[in-house]
Amino acid sequence: MQFIFEKRQSVSRQAIILVPIISFLVSLLLGAILLAVSGANPLLTYAAMGKGAFGSWRNISETLVKAIPLMLTGLGVSIAFRMRFWNIGAEGQLTLGGVAAAWAALSLADVLPAWMLLPTVILFGMLAGALWAGVPAALKVLMGVDETLTTLMLNYVAILFSKHLYYGPWRDPEGFGFPGTAPFPEAAWLPRLGHTRAHWGLLFAVVLAIVLWLVLNRTRWGFELRIIGENKRAARYLGINIARNVILALAVSGALSGLAGACEVAGISRRLQQGLSIGYGYTAIIVAWMAQLNPLAVLLVAILMGGLLVGGDQVQMMMGLPAAVGLVLQGMILFPMLAGSLFTEYRLRIIRPEKTPPALVTTEEA
Amino acid sequence: MTEEKRPILELRGITKRFPGVVANAGVDLALYPGEVLALLGENGAGKSTLMNILIGLYRQDEGEIYLRGEPVEIRSPRDSDALGIGMVHQNFMLVPTMTVAENVILGLQDLSFVPKMDEVVARINEISERYNLQVDPYASIWQLSVGEQQRVEILKLIYRGAEVLILDEPTAVLTPQESEELARVLQVMTSEGKSAIFITHKMDEVLSFSNWVQVLQHGKSIAVKKTAETNAQELARLMVGREVLFRLDKAPATPGDVLLEMRDVHALDDKGLPALRGISLQIRGGEILGIAGVAGNGQRQLSEAVTGLRTVTAGEVLINGQPMTNRSPLEIIQAGVSHIPADRVGVGAVGDMAVSDNLAMKGYRNAPMSRKGILYPPRILEFAKKMIASFQIATPTPKTHIKFLSGGNIQKAILAREIDACAGVLVAVYPSRGLDVGATEAVRKRLLKQRAQGSAVLLISEDLEELLTISDKVAVLFDGEVMGVLPSEEAQIATLGLMMAGSRLSQIV
Repeated sequence: MQFIFEKRQSVSRQAIILVPIISFLVSLLLGAILLAVSGANPLLTYAAMGKGAFGSWRNISETLVKAIPLMLTGLGVSIAFRMRFWNIGAEGQLTLGGVAAAWAALSLADVLPAWMLLPTVILFGMLAGALWAGVPAALKVLMGVDETLTTLMLNYVAILFSKHLYYGPWRDPEGFGFPGTAPFPEAAWLPRLGHTRAHWGLLFAVVLAIVLWLVLNRTRWGFELRIIGENKRAARYLGINIARNVILALAVSGALSGLAGACEVAGISRRLQQGLSIGYGYTAIIVAWMAQLNPLAVLLVAILMGGLLVGGDQVQMMMGLPAAVGLVLQGMILFPMLAGSLFTEYRLRIIRPEKTPPALVTTEEA
Repeated sequence: MTEEKRPILELRGITKRFPGVVANAGVDLALYPGEVLALLGENGAGKSTLMNILIGLYRQDEGEIYLRGEPVEIRSPRDSDALGIGMVHQNFMLVPTMTVAENVILGLQDLSFVPKMDEVVARINEISERYNLQVDPYASIWQLSVGEQQRVEILKLIYRGAEVLILDEPTAVLTPQESEELARVLQVMTSEGKSAIFITHKMDEVLSFSNWVQVLQHGKSIAVKKTAETNAQELARLMVGREVLFRLDKAPATPGDVLLEMRDVHALDDKGLPALRGISLQIRGGEILGIAGVAGNGQRQLSEAVTGLRTVTAGEVLINGQPMTNRSPLEIIQAGVSHIPADRVGVGAVGDMAVSDNLAMKGYRNAPMSRKGILYPPRILEFAKKMIASFQIATPTPKTHIKFLSGGNIQKAILAREIDACAGVLVAVYPSRGLDVGATEAVRKRLLKQRAQGSAVLLISEDLEELLTISDKVAVLFDGEVMGVLPSEEAQIATLGLMMAGSRLSQIV
């Protein structure tokens, strides 16, 4: 028997859908080994995680709470990755978005009419995110500075800056020393869905995912972005302005992460405080890859990833296992994903000697 | 069997299948010591697949390979290396920043940890002397001309003890003089008992270089002929299965206004060295100006300076009488300039996008394919189907990613897009390079049609026959300067060859 990889004649649509699903299953399998080694029953653990994440309406809403920032940052990262621009700075863009939103909520409350406050808060969050991604984009296209370094390093700048603010000048004097700003005025609160903690960020994410899909697939600008992402030399030859388009696309990318930050502070904590992001901006990278950079798929993958986080918390509470189980599974998805992407362009053919077509085959090996 | 020569290399019944395609179907081949076998065939006839099997990049599904009568297994290039089979690829496999000597020993197994370069250089010099392959062992590859780099490739193979050399379109990048030198090198090698398989599209080379000709068509070997007993017409007929018009019907020129003009244009290459040094040329509507010259004498920079892809450091470019020096590529496209780039896969097409999208990459900016920034996919598809039909682009569906097409069909798609968008000036760079006879003919006919419709065509080509067949005038480029412009009826290959080597027309006449 012989195994050979053959190049497909066209990109396989089934593989594009199956690879992420199988990758997830493989990561569950690998996770099971890990759980078994550490003495837990993998099946029970997974059952508990599943129940924790999706077992009741309340649990589902908590999963959505985690999924919303993953959706928004996942969309942001996807658009950057489509340009082959490795924006790994969603975490920083989210954080700075939260900072700017907090500033607007606290400082402009007395200046603006109440109905304008929330839109302004959100706008500030998006602008800050856009700026935080636009700077590395400009540095890259104008001066060739490597974006993986700049976006990564700017994460620490944003995170430490926000820490400085809520530990220092912005700390709530009536907060009993708790690191965080004063609570936002009610006009700056992002409405929640029913009695859950899930908020309007979900609507933003769904609408923006559809808009983004339409922009990429049905507009001239999206067409240009796809060409730039696939082949920069061709784009230049076709008269497309690469510098302007990359900066614009990255501004959109950062704005989406900034929106995630604004939604977190205005919808969940209602103040800027410790624990704004629990690594959403990094998980967004996994979300984007697993969704194969398809905006609509980002929504579903983000829910799955949110479920892993909530499920992880649940097994910690119920079974005394570390909550990191969810994170471990998230991390392990990426490896089979990367390996599996081979199958979108190649297929495995198994040749059994007796079934080889004509009778001209040499029989030496048989 | 008395004194009859036995083949050094023999292929028997080689079959190689790719999904949906049989690239080689039971191909037999025999190469005799001290002889040259020319392998002819259209693109996709299976020549490259067969050679890749020989050097271990692919493995045959069926069939055997015999070397000196012994069956051999070639599983990797390392195996073919050890068996004394080597290949000079079309795109040289050299490391530009390393020296000739370093490139020659790169990848060798039996070297000491610190190679004794003196011995290596001594051996290189000995080989250069013996085979007439002059090259400085201490020169870095990037400093060498394309012809010299090819010599390094051949030298590398001989150094490694290759007995069978495979040359993939070796003369495509050479001047006529350099081609003759290559012929002499081949002669010395064959007189020493080495043998060669020579892949080419050019009939005259087949006839002058080889002892045997083998013709492949659709993966099958359809003819093996003694070179002395055949002729160009017969071979061309065998290749495509029909008679080929080597002389295209060309209507007399009806020159109109000057549509493209360059006045004393200067430009730098990517390394910042002067690449164009005072180019002045004019092309009228309804006229084809051919640019001849050895690759690397400023052709690419010339096409880029005209299309806005390279900064003009001095001088002027006028399109339709309007100054367009250093305008953006988009402004130049909008001024009516179309461009068939030299690198069709790297620049001319986006491999991971659909054929239909690739065809739309000029027209997408305007109605009917888009309005107010919104694309209309049905219109794009409709346009693509029209182009696929009228340019006879062979593609499974319009939605197939273009990278899955053959080189000739990718080129047809680029041609379709650029000609459809062309409004006055067409810059065609090596438009038929590497294409088979059928596709080449299609490309040339389209260029002539463009000329008949009143476009000014700037044709950069390395194929003198092509230049002389379809251009009205030929300019020769050497070291960034125009050596002279002459009407193609008056141009003789010998004169062009001298100009390509750096003599000015005024000095020759």
